[in-house]
Amino acid sequence: MHGRPRKASKPEDEAASITKAQKLRALQTQFFSFHHSKIYTKEAVELSAKLLEINPESYTAWNYRKLAVEHYLSQPDCNPESVKSLLDDELRVVESALRQNFKSYGAWHHRKWVLSKGHSSVDLELRLLDKFQKADSRNFHAWNYRRFVAELMNRSEKDEIKYTEDMIYTNFSNYSAWHNRSVLLSSLLEKKAEGFLLKENLLPEEYEFIHQAIFTDPDDQSGWFYHLWLLDQTVTTDHPLLVSTWPAHGSDVFLVGDRCQNGSFSPFTTVLSDSGSFPIVLYFNQPVKGVSSSTVIIECGFNKNEELLWEPLSVSNSQTAQVWVAHLKCPTSEHDSSVEISVGYSKEIVSPRGSQYSHPSTFSFKVHVQPVERDSSRVSVAENILWREENFKVYRAQSEESIPIPSFDQLCIKNGHESTASNWRTEALAKEVECFRELLSLMDCKIGKLTLARLLMAYDVMSFPFANKLVHSEEVLELYNDLMKLDPTHHRYYKDEHSLVLLRKMTSSEESLLQHCFQYKDSVSSAIGNPICLRLNNLSLSRIRAFERLLWVQMLDLSHNELESIEGLEAMQLLYGLSLGNNKLRSLTALEPLRKLKSLRVLDISYNQIGDHSIDTTRYLCSSPLSHSVGSELNDVALINYWEAFYMFKDLNLTQLDIVGNTIADEKFKSVLVKIMPLLKRLNGELLD
Amino acid sequence: MDDIPPYPPIDPTTFDLIVIGTGLPESVIAAAASTASKSVLHLDPNPFYGSHFSSLPLADLPSFLSSHSTSPSPPPPRSASSEEEHRDFSLLGLAARPIYSSIDISSFSPDLIDQFSRKFILDVAGPRVFFCADKSIELILNTGANQYMEFKSIDATFVGDSKGNLLNVPDSRAAIFKDKSLGLMEKNLLMRFFKLVQGHLADEQDVKISDEDLQSPFVDFLNKMGLPPKIKSFILYAIAMADYDQEDTGVSGDLLKTKDGIDRLALYNASIGRFQNASGALLYPIYGQGELSQAFCRRAAVKGCVYVLRMPVTALLVDKDTGCYKGVRLASGQDIFSQKLILDPTFKVTLPSGSSPSPPLQAKLPFCSPKDDRGKVVRGICITKTSLKPDMSNFLVVYPPRSLFPEQVTSIRLLQIASNLAVCPPGMFVLYISSLCNDDDQGKKLIHAVTNTLLTVPPPINSESNAAVQIKTAESGCAVQDETAQSGSTGPSDPGEEKPTLLWSALYSQELTLGQVDFICSTPMPDGKLNYDDLIEAAVKLFKEIYPEDEFFPQTSSENHEDVDDGDGDGDASPET
Repeated sequence: MHGRPRKASKPEDEAASITKAQKLRALQTQFFSFHHSKIYTKEAVELSAKLLEINPESYTAWNYRKLAVEHYLSQPDCNPESVKSLLDDELRVVESALRQNFKSYGAWHHRKWVLSKGHSSVDLELRLLDKFQKADSRNFHAWNYRRFVAELMNRSEKDEIKYTEDMIYTNFSNYSAWHNRSVLLSSLLEKKAEGFLLKENLLPEEYEFIHQAIFTDPDDQSGWFYHLWLLDQTVTTDHPLLVSTWPAHGSDVFLVGDRCQNGSFSPFTTVLSDSGSFPIVLYFNQPVKGVSSSTVIIECGFNKNEELLWEPLSVSNSQTAQVWVAHLKCPTSEHDSSVEISVGYSKEIVSPRGSQYSHPSTFSFKVHVQPVERDSSRVSVAENILWREENFKVYRAQSEESIPIPSFDQLCIKNGHESTASNWRTEALAKEVECFRELLSLMDCKIGKLTLARLLMAYDVMSFPFANKLVHSEEVLELYNDLMKLDPTHHRYYKDEHSLVLLRKMTSSEESLLQHCFQYKDSVSSAIGNPICLRLNNLSLSRIRAFERLLWVQMLDLSHNELESIEGLEAMQLLYGLSLGNNKLRSLTALEPLRKLKSLRVLDISYNQIGDHSIDTTRYLCSSPLSHSVGSELNDVALINYWEAFYMFKDLNLTQLDIVGNTIADEKFKSVLVKIMPLLKRLNGELLD
Repeated sequence: MDDIPPYPPIDPTTFDLIVIGTGLPESVIAAAASTASKSVLHLDPNPFYGSHFSSLPLADLPSFLSSHSTSPSPPPPRSASSEEEHRDFSLLGLAARPIYSSIDISSFSPDLIDQFSRKFILDVAGPRVFFCADKSIELILNTGANQYMEFKSIDATFVGDSKGNLLNVPDSRAAIFKDKSLGLMEKNLLMRFFKLVQGHLADEQDVKISDEDLQSPFVDFLNKMGLPPKIKSFILYAIAMADYDQEDTGVSGDLLKTKDGIDRLALYNASIGRFQNASGALLYPIYGQGELSQAFCRRAAVKGCVYVLRMPVTALLVDKDTGCYKGVRLASGQDIFSQKLILDPTFKVTLPSGSSPSPPLQAKLPFCSPKDDRGKVVRGICITKTSLKPDMSNFLVVYPPRSLFPEQVTSIRLLQIASNLAVCPPGMFVLYISSLCNDDDQGKKLIHAVTNTLLTVPPPINSESNAAVQIKTAESGCAVQDETAQSGSTGPSDPGEEKPTLLWSALYSQELTLGQVDFICSTPMPDGKLNYDDLIEAAVKLFKEIYPEDEFFPQTSSENHEDVDDGDGDGDASPET
């Protein structure tokens, strides 16, 4: 059924198909007349069978037969025997239709429908399936139906797994069989059937099995797909874990009312809190739901737990997110207040797969409030922040104290929960790494390189969760560089992966991260105060991630990269200033994550491609923009044409925006922006009235 | 043999072609000539078809072998009568050449064997099989001979070692995947090599094997591809079926070239999956290989060939002046004339005693006997009650050179056939073993090395005491066995597995001859190869030489060719579903 070239039709075939069409048309006309007048006589039902035998795709005819069966079943004189024979007739019609075309959706569906009536024997079904699966071993209709029948018969997963094995031995390029195997194993693992099906026992055997396929024919896709599934099974921990938080455990947070006050506090933990509150960010290892004031308990003197509203940071507006935020009111007294937060002592935080958060953890920090001595004149004069090289100088710790960055020592929240249980995972990964190094020593193989890169990263992440070190990152980067050259068709994908590894590498250790920490101008005289600016510019990044270690960042320079999207950036709740200048953003919808950043004041999106492209490839990021009610504010005709700008910017409290160098940024657009954002002080560097 | 009934005279007395012997090459030529509208008389002194390609009941095998083992002084042709003299013919006597030697037939369970002796149908020239895509199968399908035969698939090929292990030969993508004994690297190397060959054969530009490589020895090419010894051995001996040690050039000049090696791989590859119900690459005919000759005889008979069995030919009639062949004199005394003659290789031409040949005849005499090929082939037939491989019936085992003992320079091949091929009673197995050899002693050693490795050989109870068989004393038999047992005993076989016990065995060496076209046209003896292709090729060559104007089985003769190949062919070639 696969790899057979299509033959051009011969004239005599065409003639035959014309006669067939005529015959069909006559049948169909008659059939519809029966159908519309709800005639379910024997003759009428037989006509539909005839029609289906010629054209199994006639879905209406299948539905008609269902109606006919229901009609018969509702008759008072029907008895179990006649019902059985009626349904057996249905099965026969399906079988002959399948013989005509065994990829007919309608026919397979009808068979399911008949069987689910429960009057027919299921035993014959497997035999029929064997026949079909022999004729076309990869036919997914047959495999789907097989799963249905197996469930109906209560056939054991183990028998079915054995069946996939037989099919794989016949031809290991049968991805349908591999797929079914993964489905069956997942279900067994989920059930934890009979206790011995632990991942750690099962996965090594499956790895061994798939190696046979991959090594025998590395050019075959099926094996690699299955391997990818295994890798995913190996690295994903079932239970959600808290990976990182802001404020970090054991940290001292300084809340200031004004940027100008800086004093001698750590630039990493001094936060402007002009709104009278500050965010608490929980960063999990996977999306979770159920984070609320009942699952996250806050103990502090200045806030009541019940008042906290936890908000998922997800662009899709679903109640599932990897990052959650709540805003805590600043303490009113000048006394230092300590805060203790406990996560997961009740079991309602769950992953979408249904795994519970089962490692309760507690973290605490201290909050120091600086008295507000607001100098109103300074607030009103917004300084123009220029993301120029000369405005930055490398950060050097003022004191001898090391570990100025808070994100690192606090990762120990993750502590030893899973570390012993994860031994088999690291072992499995190490084995895989060795295996694929061997394959690559034998032959050049793109997918082999990609797999090795994935394995090495997974291994690093798994084995050094706290070691602040990625031993293989250089090698992985080299592999992706290599792949970009070898396989230009998938350049973009490799580029993205390369970017993510690069980011991970830079954020993996304090030393490497400090190399990217800068101070803006002479921070004392600057209006923005002294927060550290993390500069990840000029790295040709095409994607960004790894925000769990960057939750503390308030100034971020991502300019001169190749970003098309900034997915995930919503996790950086403290962002005050952001430069995305000179990237490849194509539309305003690409900025969607910014809508979640309530602290953002300074934004540079100059020299992107916004407005260049008629097709918006990041529209998916927007939460159903079309259904979004624009409301009464939008009475200006001009705004209707720029509703995306309105949608994007109206909730942002920007004081400075640079948008020069985008096709969209004409005079009209600028005037619209000024209208949308009354707080805006500077647009493209010009002071607004 | 039984008493020969009185000969009825043959009518007509003149034919285009007389063929003596119903072995495979003779039968193919008879069928081809009949198809080309020649009148053909096909004679055989035996009461059965197939001569040295036949399958015989166990009871008849010893006498057949022994009747060809000695060279009894031929009864001189009846002295020329005056009547014949004036017809200007000389008589040349036809004598049997000794073909088989060192015949050793031993029964270790005489009662059991006697009870079933008619139920065993043993191939004289075993082991021999078809590749599903070889020329012989092509010929069978083209000529319609498949109407008279049924085939079954040989389930697997193994490579044996001196410890009695049988390693599966990973001969296809699925088999490589499934194989348990190959390492991952080996799987990768082997599959890549197969792909290279496939790409080369499919004429893909980037995977062409260079001409230089094609002309180099295959083993060098395999080395160049970095294949480990185990895989090399699989490819050379169990897939390309090389006969001689390819790595020790001192022993044999018979090195397979890469080009030929690739062709053999291509044949093997094309054979797998050619017929839907044949799982492996190899086929075996139900009722034994004798069916093949018989099928071609039937094909010939349909086209008008006249068959007379049990009819020895005593002499050739030769023109006195020119020395040219004119006809044959039958044992019945009848003279039959023909333009052409094809002779079974077991005859040699002798001069009538006491008469001096005419000068033209004398010049031709050196060409009167079939040419000997170098060396011999040794064959063994064993009967057991248990399969060598539990749960498997029909399979091939190859012992590559040096796999059993260091001096082994040839491949030894063993074919196990079970009762589902209708050649033995249920629950019994026939093993055919053969190898090329230089002389009988070497041959014996080769066969015994295999039997000692795989079978429990009880002390012989009874050796067939046929006058013609060299009765071997128990001592000499043991001596040979001990010698090889020692070399093979380095690794004792798994004590947990009981080796099958030998019930009956036959061992014999066979002369090799090539076909020739000369004063006398004679066909080749069964060769040492695994399939029939070389023999068929020799037959085609002979046919073309004697009938250069005629086509060998023109297409018109099989109007149903397409059907047979695509549709019916599947069912016929491997009929059991």
